[in-house]
Formats: sequence, C-alpha cells, structure tokens
Amino acid sequence: MSTVGQKEVKEPLIRMMKRDSIPARTAWLIRIAAVILALIVCAFAIVAITKLDPFQVYVGIIDGAIGNSRRTWVTIRDILVLLGIAIALTPAFKMKFWNIGAEGQVLMGGLASAALMIYVGDKVPNWLLLITIFVASTVAGMVWGLIPAFFKSYFNTNETLFTLMMNYVAMQIITYCIVFWESPAGSNTVGVINAAKRAGWFPQILGSTYGLNVIMVLLLTVGMFLYLKYTKQGYEISVVGDSQNTARYAAINVKKVIIRTMVISGGICGLMGSIIVSGASHTISTSTAGGRGFTAIIVAWMSKFNPFAMILVSALLVFMQEGSIQIASQYGLNENASELITGIILFFLIGCEFFVNYKVEFRKKQKGVI
Amino acid sequence: MDQANAIELKNITKRFGKVIANEGVNLTLKKGEILSILGENGSGKTTLMNMLSGIYMPDEGQIFMDGKEVSIHSPKDALDLKIGMIHQHFKLIDILTAAENIILGLPGSHVLKTAQIEEEIKKIIESYGFDLNPSQKIYDMSVSQKQTVEIIKVLYRGADVLILDEPTAVLTPQETDKLFAILRNMRESGKSIIIITHKLQEVLDISDRVAVLRKGKYMGSVNTQEATVGGLTEMMVGEKITLDIKRNDPVDPQLRLKVDKLTVKNMEGIKVVNEVTFTSNSGEILGIAGIAGSGQKELLEAIAGLEKIEDGKVIYHACDGKEIILSDLSPEGIKNQGVNYSFVPEDRLGMGLVGNMDITDNMMLRSYRNGKSIFTDRKAPKKLALDIIQELGVVTPGVTTPVRRLSGGNVQKVLVGREIACNPNVLMVAYPVRGLDINSSYMIYNLLSDQKEQGCAVICVIEDLDVLIELCDRIIVLCNGKITGTLDARKTTKEEVGILMTKDTKEGE
Repeated sequence: MSTVGQKEVKEPLIRMMKRDSIPARTAWLIRIAAVILALIVCAFAIVAITKLDPFQVYVGIIDGAIGNSRRTWVTIRDILVLLGIAIALTPAFKMKFWNIGAEGQVLMGGLASAALMIYVGDKVPNWLLLITIFVASTVAGMVWGLIPAFFKSYFNTNETLFTLMMNYVAMQIITYCIVFWESPAGSNTVGVINAAKRAGWFPQILGSTYGLNVIMVLLLTVGMFLYLKYTKQGYEISVVGDSQNTARYAAINVKKVIIRTMVISGGICGLMGSIIVSGASHTISTSTAGGRGFTAIIVAWMSKFNPFAMILVSALLVFMQEGSIQIASQYGLNENASELITGIILFFLIGCEFFVNYKVEFRKKQKGVI
Repeated sequence: MDQANAIELKNITKRFGKVIANEGVNLTLKKGEILSILGENGSGKTTLMNMLSGIYMPDEGQIFMDGKEVSIHSPKDALDLKIGMIHQHFKLIDILTAAENIILGLPGSHVLKTAQIEEEIKKIIESYGFDLNPSQKIYDMSVSQKQTVEIIKVLYRGADVLILDEPTAVLTPQETDKLFAILRNMRESGKSIIIITHKLQEVLDISDRVAVLRKGKYMGSVNTQEATVGGLTEMMVGEKITLDIKRNDPVDPQLRLKVDKLTVKNMEGIKVVNEVTFTSNSGEILGIAGIAGSGQKELLEAIAGLEKIEDGKVIYHACDGKEIILSDLSPEGIKNQGVNYSFVPEDRLGMGLVGNMDITDNMMLRSYRNGKSIFTDRKAPKKLALDIIQELGVVTPGVTTPVRRLSGGNVQKVLVGREIACNPNVLMVAYPVRGLDINSSYMIYNLLSDQKEQGCAVICVIEDLDVLIELCDRIIVLCNGKITGTLDARKTTKEEVGILMTKDTKEGE
C-alpha cells in the first residue's frame, strides 16, 4: 500500500511562487532583459510594416532620435517634459493619492504662462516676465491640485474621478481662451506667441535653446529625491501612503498632509506647463500636455518612485517615440506607429515586474530523489 | 479500537522562500475521531491544514486518503475529496441569507429553488443539533451564528473531513460548549474532525487525540486521556519552562488617567463603549477583561484620540498636577500638550507600524519630529532599532528589512519595544502577546511589570484570564461595551471574571 507508484498524481506544468526577496542585481537583469526583448519586438513590428531589414530600422530609430543636433535637442526637450511631470506626480502617488489629473494641472500652468506672455509680454523686462510666469503657472497648477485634495480630505470624495474631471474642465477653459487669443483670426489656434520679440520665451543658456529646461527639470529631480527621502514631510508622505490609520496614530494630521502634498504635486505640474509653453512650444492648445500627464503615471510607477530611475525610463520611452516618428514620416506612416512602439515597450516593462515578484518553475522532468 | 485512517500525510514539506513552514510532517487522521493540532503561533498548523484544503500545494511529500494517494490543487479538489475547512475569518456575503450563502458557487438549475434548498439545510441542522434559521440574513447574525453557516456550508457540500481553524477564538464559553456538543454529534455520525487551537483546556475537553507541531516539525501525538497540560506544553515548546510573572505591590499610586462616562459609537451607530468610567493610577497595572469585541479596542483607541468620542470625558492628570482633557483633542493635540503616553494597538501593521518601512524608519514614527531641521535624523532611531533587536531578541535579516516581512511575534516585539522606549507615563497595550511564543510572552509581561515599577500607569487588554489575574493589580470587565465589574486581581478568580464577562445587562441598546 505504501508504494502506490507513479500514478496520475499530476503536478501543474507551470507553478508560480511569490518571491520572498530578490537580489537587486537579479531584478535589474530581468528589467534589462525586458528592454532588450522590447527593442527586438519593436524592430519586428516596424519590419512588418515597412519591409526594411531590422538593422536599418535601428539605424533609423537612432537617426530619428539623435541623428543631428536639432533632433537630439528635441528628444532631450521631450524627455525633460515627461520626466518633470513624473517627478510632479511622485509625491502624490507615494501617498496613494491617485492623481490622474496631471494633464489638467499642466494645462492650467501652460494657460497661465500663455496668458502672461500675451498680456504682459511687451510691458516688463524678460527676466521679470519669466519669474512672474513661473510663479503664476505654479500657482495655477497648485489650485488645480488643491481642489480635489480639499474635497478628498474633508468629504472623502474619490480623487481618481475628481482629478480626471478636472482635466476636462482645464481643456474647456483653454478652448474658451483660444477664441480670444486666436491668431491668425479664424485658424482656431493660438499660433506662436510673441514670435518676433520672443517675450516670455526661455533665453538661450549654455549655448542651447533648452538649457534652462535642463537645469530646471534636473533641479526638480534632485530636489524631489531629497524631499521624499530625507525630509520630515517626505517621511509623513510615506506613512500616510502606507496606512492612514498609522499616520493618525503617529499624530500626523492626515488632511494637512494630503492637501500639502497635492499642492506640491499640482504646483510642479503647473511649472511643467510653463516649461512646455514658454520653454518649448510657445503656444497653447488643448493638446499642450499631449497625454504626457498619463504616460508620466506609468513612468513614476515603473521607476518605483525613484527619481533617478525615472530619467532612464522616460529617456527610453521618448527616444523610441522620436525615433519611430522619424521612421514613420520617412515611410509615410501615420503617428500611430510611434504609439505602437510605446505600447510594446510598456508591455514589456510592466510585464517584467511579474517576473521580479514571482518565480516561475516548470514541472520537473523526473521526481528528484532527495 | 482500530479505526481506519481517513487521511494520512507523509513527509510533507512546505517552504515559503527561505522559510520552512512544514518539514517532513507525518500525520494521520482516523475515521470518526476528533484530532486536535496543537502548536505555538508560527509552528505551521494553519499551513499544514491549508495544504489539505487545497490553498497551498506541498513542495514535497504525499497525501493519502483512504489509502490512495491524492493531490489537492484547489479548494474544489479538496471538496471533491470531501475535505472541508472552516477558516478563522468567515467568507460570507452579508446581504444574502444563510441558505443563499450555503449554496453559493454550487452548480444547480438556473432557477433558485429556495424552499427545497432550505428543506435540505434544515435536515442537516436537525441531524447535528445546530441552531440556525436558513432564511436569516447574515448581517443579522452573531459571530457564532455566522460560524454555524460556515460549518453547514461545508457539510452541505458533503464533507466527511472537517477542519476548523481556531473556531473558539471568537466564541463565549457557552457558545464554545454548544459547538463542542455539535462536533461530538458529528463524530458519532462518522465524520472526522481536525481542530486547530492553542487553548490547552479545550484540547483536553474535545479531542480524542492531540498532535503537536513545533517549528514546522511533527513532534508526535498522544491520546487525550493520557495527556496533561504540563506535558503538552513541554511538547510544544521543547523544554520545561517556568512561567513566572513578577508582581510587586504598587508603590505610591497616583491618579494618572480618569475616564468618565465614555461613550463611543461605531459606524452603524451602535454604542460599542457605553458610559465607561474608570481610573488608572501610576505604578499600577489595570487589566481589561472581556470577550473579543466587547469594546476593548474602541475604548483604548478613544483614549488615544483615534476614535470619535460620542460622550464623556478622558482626563489626564500630569505629574505636576495639571489636568488635561484628552477627549477634546486629536492625537496631534494630545502630543502638542506634552502628554507622554504610549499605545500598542491591536492592529499592529495597520495602525502601530508602517509595514513597508524598515525597523529604523518605524522607530522614527514617534520621534521624527524631534529637532528643528526640516530633515529627519536617522541616527538615534537606528541606534534604538539595534538596541531593541538585541534586547528583545528580534529575529530579522537586518535593520533594513521591511517589518511586514517579519513574523507576527517579531513585529510585536518591535512595536512594544518602541512604545516602551518612549518612557511613557501612561502605557496602553492591546493584546500584547498575540502571536508570540511562550517565552516571548513572558518577556513582554515582565516588561509591563518593569514599566509599572518605574511609575508608569499601565492599561492592558489580555485575552488569557490566568495571565491577567497573575499580572494585574486591578481588573475591569467589559461586556457589550459596559463595565460589569471592577475587581482586585489578587483576590479574584477566573470563574468570577468569566461570569462578569457574560453578564448580559439587557437593558436596551
């Protein structure tokens, strides 16, 4: 009776086990492998559409992203925007406040700076105008972050829906303003603001149009890293994010922390709006944020809220986007090609987290004698 | 009497990462017997049973049922093999009736034949002597009725082997007796029953045989008739232990905390703490006794400013004679008033600690505000963390391990260690030894005694009445949120406390 033998005691083919802990190096190897796989699949996707040979595709992508100094700077500029918004979202998400209203907060910041450029553009010196723009756009973003935070902390409204709705309100306000700011008349767009005098435009710094963008976003990145890791307020954010009960137990004023953190998050989003409008596009439209308020959420989460990891993630995403836009225009494809690429990369990057958290074992061929 | 084996486990091993939950366990369950599985927390009782009920799969070893090897991949497989488990936490849907919960998930016709189903359920109820109305909604039920639904659910599915995970933890002594009577009826009708518990007296009352686990290993089994409390403890712990709690007489007790007609309502508007009045003195341990859920948690949280107080006052008498009314203040306000109290809440990871943070950062929870700098200082908390790890023997891979990765007992040591390190004037602890092994439990009891000797006013909620009577100076007994008695711990008996715990003061809500 004791040796019933090898009967159909089946073991599942694949078993998943939650990992207890994983060495940081293995985790990063998994992630790097995911990136490489993503690049390979991207290439195949493009090859399938364009019938190019894969090598040419890579060359095309690299050429498109950093092929000449103009393209390189456009890539850098867009990396900075995505990075900046991700940085802005980080404190909110670390607090488990689902701020999906970065689009709206960025738009309101952009709106504030566009308004100042249009109405005050030729009345004050440029440095003063720029400072005013920074302050005003930050405040505009703060207000857009404060409103849902206030309702969350005092009436326990759902912040996800609230912040999402605020995006549409922001878009409608911009649509409304475009009616007044239309240029040329009838175009239904604002056009380049102050094209001649460049009032309210970022000045050339370090020999580059986008020098100021680089400095500002990098300062924000380092600042956010220090804020979250080493300050008392950053500590409070982590506690509230983990358990509001524990926060109350530790005599933390949860309402205050929620509001303060969302003001910071919204404020930085607003500032990013001014960097986009004054520092890059010099115009405003409902697509000024261009969905980057949403992509930034993924950047922040994938980087595990580490500001430095965000640099890498946003760089990878933007690099591939710019590269594929170039390929798309070269071969007469529409902009969906670049979205396809983004989708593939995100699929692999998010998917690989499964392997970081779980160990997958296949059925052993033979029952091992132990 | 030679009974056939219902279930036989051979060499079962289960690992979680590096942790070995069960190692080479051999266990048999005979047909028509009640088997108790005894072991300290973390000895692998629940893991072992979860492998029988299909929640986990063993890494090594075999399971035989009626002599045939089986493999159980899911709870459905377990039920197909007629094994049913009643978990500690009920899995019922509140707005459905008992009958609806019982048939939930079962195949059947598309039309719900309620009358027929209730008839079938009534048959089960009658044959074992349950007390339940199948058409009653779950939200109208007491905890023990809910447990009855869970048991019938398993029986309705035709289980022959029943596994109950700590079924008595939530029951009053009377309800426990009723449950045991039903279990005996089931045994008479040929069911095999495994009951997990850590209350030794119950083990001796109900079971035919006791199997003991220690640190994931099977230590053997004894027939209950031949077992003694002392012998079982030794099997569980692995050594003879002397269980002494030191208790000196209070020195110069002074009024520290006065709770006056405190009333707290829960979310449904029911008074969970009802006009509770008591005082707590320095140099004295005040024990709170009561069946689980009698308002102990809400009472302590209300004093700490974490529960909304409906009515009544909590007054703190500072050492310099100043009186501070705590009931008007938020936790922040209490802190700003300089009231030095410590609180070990029942929900350790959900309230006392931050699960995702390491020990150092958890130490900071109390002290991070120190200093004027906007930056946090991690030096002192780190030193405190190392001290606590050393002094209380916290088992952890290191100070940087998130506390949620530690075992329950170690989590508790971290929390108690931090709260005591604040040198509080008032120390409130709820269930301080839940999940701790016997040695650590006694270490904690003696830490509370030390605090008392240093002049702290200690208020503690402890489930084990024997300990409560041995450790405390005074005891108040709660029943349904009301105080049913204040006792001198040195003169009272367990029976007296037990009667007060169930003394139903049935005078309206």
